[in-house]
Amino acid sequence: MNHSANTGGLRVERSTPFIQLQDAGRFGVRHLGVTQSGALDWISMYWANWLLGNPLGAAVVEITLGNLNLVCEQDACLALAGADLGASLDGQPLAPWCSFSVRQGQLLTFAQPRHGARAYLAAPGGFDAPCVLGSCAGIAREQLGGLQGNGKPLAAGEQLTWHGTGLRQRTMDERLIPVFTPSPRLQLVMGAQIGDFSGQSLFDAFNSAWKIDSRSDRMGMRLLGPQLQCRRSGMVSEGIPLGAVQVPPDGQPIVLLNDRQTIGGYPRLGALTPQAVARLAQCLPGEELHLTPIQQGSAQDAHLRLLNQWRQG
Amino acid sequence: MMARAPRPRFEVAGIDSLILRLFDSIEESNMPWMLAATERLRASFGAALIDLVPSYTTLLLHYDLEHISASQARELITQAFADLQPASTAGSRCHSLPTWYDRRVGPELPLLAQRSGLSEAEIIRRHSGHDYQVFAIGFAPGFAFMGLVEEALATPRLSTPRKRIAPGSVGIAERQTAVYPGVSPGGWNLLGRSPAKLFDRNIDGYSLLQPGDRVRFEPIDHAEFIRLGGDDSPLETV
Repeated sequence: MNHSANTGGLRVERSTPFIQLQDAGRFGVRHLGVTQSGALDWISMYWANWLLGNPLGAAVVEITLGNLNLVCEQDACLALAGADLGASLDGQPLAPWCSFSVRQGQLLTFAQPRHGARAYLAAPGGFDAPCVLGSCAGIAREQLGGLQGNGKPLAAGEQLTWHGTGLRQRTMDERLIPVFTPSPRLQLVMGAQIGDFSGQSLFDAFNSAWKIDSRSDRMGMRLLGPQLQCRRSGMVSEGIPLGAVQVPPDGQPIVLLNDRQTIGGYPRLGALTPQAVARLAQCLPGEELHLTPIQQGSAQDAHLRLLNQWRQG
Repeated sequence: MMARAPRPRFEVAGIDSLILRLFDSIEESNMPWMLAATERLRASFGAALIDLVPSYTTLLLHYDLEHISASQARELITQAFADLQPASTAGSRCHSLPTWYDRRVGPELPLLAQRSGLSEAEIIRRHSGHDYQVFAIGFAPGFAFMGLVEEALATPRLSTPRKRIAPGSVGIAERQTAVYPGVSPGGWNLLGRSPAKLFDRNIDGYSLLQPGDRVRFEPIDHAEFIRLGGDDSPLETV
C-alpha cells in the first residue's frame, strides 16, 4: 500500500489489536456457530451515529484503550461518543458526545483511557467496509468482518472512507449523556438455572463487590470475588444469550459478551441486560461492580424506554 | 422410532431470549424432533426471529423485542409445536475425519487412560471405532457437537478452560466429542488433531458438518497428518 497516496477519508498512522470496525452485529448465523460481534457499548455507538444522522447501527471504529492516530485526508464532519480516551485534534482536546469538524491534514489522536474504556468514532453514513455474513463487525478469532473482511483489526497504513454527506449533524441533550459512575450496579435478568446455585452463593452474587479480572476481552469478562457454587455439573451444552453470566467449576463468573461462543455448558445465573452490557464495556480490569437481579418483564419495559430516546429528534 | 411430539419447557435466558427445553437427556432419537422444531419456528417467527440456536436438547430462541412481546413469542412457540411431525433423517451425510492421535497434540490421552483404566491405544481404538451423530453446530464457526462417546471415555471439561487451542484439535467433554475448527479457547479434553477444514466461506452452507450428519474418526500417523496439510505446532500451552 502506498502510504503517501491521498485518497480521502482517514489514514491510519498508528493502531492496536484492540481497535476494530464494528456495527450492530452479525445476526441470523449463530446456528452455524458464528458469533454475534458488534459494538460492545452499543449505546455509545448509537449516539455516535445519531450525532451525524446515520442509521444507529452503521459501521463505527471501536477504539479500546486508545493509542490510535488518524490523519485526516479530507475536510469532514465526524462524531465521537463513549469513553474519554484523551482524544485531540492537532493537540486540541476533543470531548466525546459531540460531532466535530476536521480539516485535511489534521491529526486526530486517542491517547489513554481517562474515563471509560471504549470510544466510538462515526463518519457520515458509516465507514465503508465489506459486508460479511450480513455485517461488517470485525472478529479476529473467526476471521470475519472488519475493514478488509478478514477480521483483522485496524492497522497502520489502512484507509477509512465513507460515502455520506454529514449534513444532518445533531447536538445531544446533556441530560441524556451516559455517566460512567464508578462501581456500577449491573442488572441481571435471572435465568432458569438460578435455582441450582446455593443460597449462600446467590447471596454472595448479589451482595458482593466483583472485581474485573485482567483476563477480559470482547468475548467475556471474568469477575473475581467469592466462589459461587452450583449444584449442577456436567451440563449439556446449550445456546448462550448476550450478557450471560456463566459460572465454571472454579466458581468465578464470566460475563459473556458480543464475541462469545454461541453454545456452552457451564451453568448460568442469568444474563445482563443490554444496557448493563454496554456499561460493563466501559469498565477496565481492576474496577469493581455489583450485580443486581431484575425480572425479565421489567427489564424489557426499561429496554424499550431506553430505545425510545433515539426516536426523538 | 415413533415417539410423541415433545412439549417444550420455557426457560428465561435473557431479556429477549428463551431456552426451549425439549428433552432432558442426549438421545439420537431427539434429532428428528429438533430439526422439525427448528424449521417450524423459523417459519412461524419470520422477521421477528433474530437467531435460533439448536443444541442437543434445547433451542435458544432470540426474538426481536421491538417486533413482538414476550407473550406473543410464547404464543408463536406454542403454535409451532402443535401437530409437529419428526423430520426425516434418511439420506443424512457421512464424513470420515482423519485424525492423528498423539500425546503431543492430545495432552489428555494419559488422563483418559488413567480415568478409564484402559491403555491409550485402547482409548484411540474406541474413540475411532464408532459412528457419531452431529447434534448441533455451535461454540465457534463450524464446531460440531457429536456423540455419543461411550461411557468409559466420558470425561468432564477442564476446570479452567485453556486460552488457546490449535485448529483441528479433537476433544471430549462428558459424552460429547468435537473438532475445534479454528484457534479458540476451550475446556475439552484433547486426544489428537485432524487436518480437515471444517468452516470455510467457500463451503456451501459454510460449515462442513451439519446437524443430523454422521461422522467417523479415522486414525492416521504423523506423516499422513502432515501430508494432508495438518499443523503439528504445539499451541495448547495454557
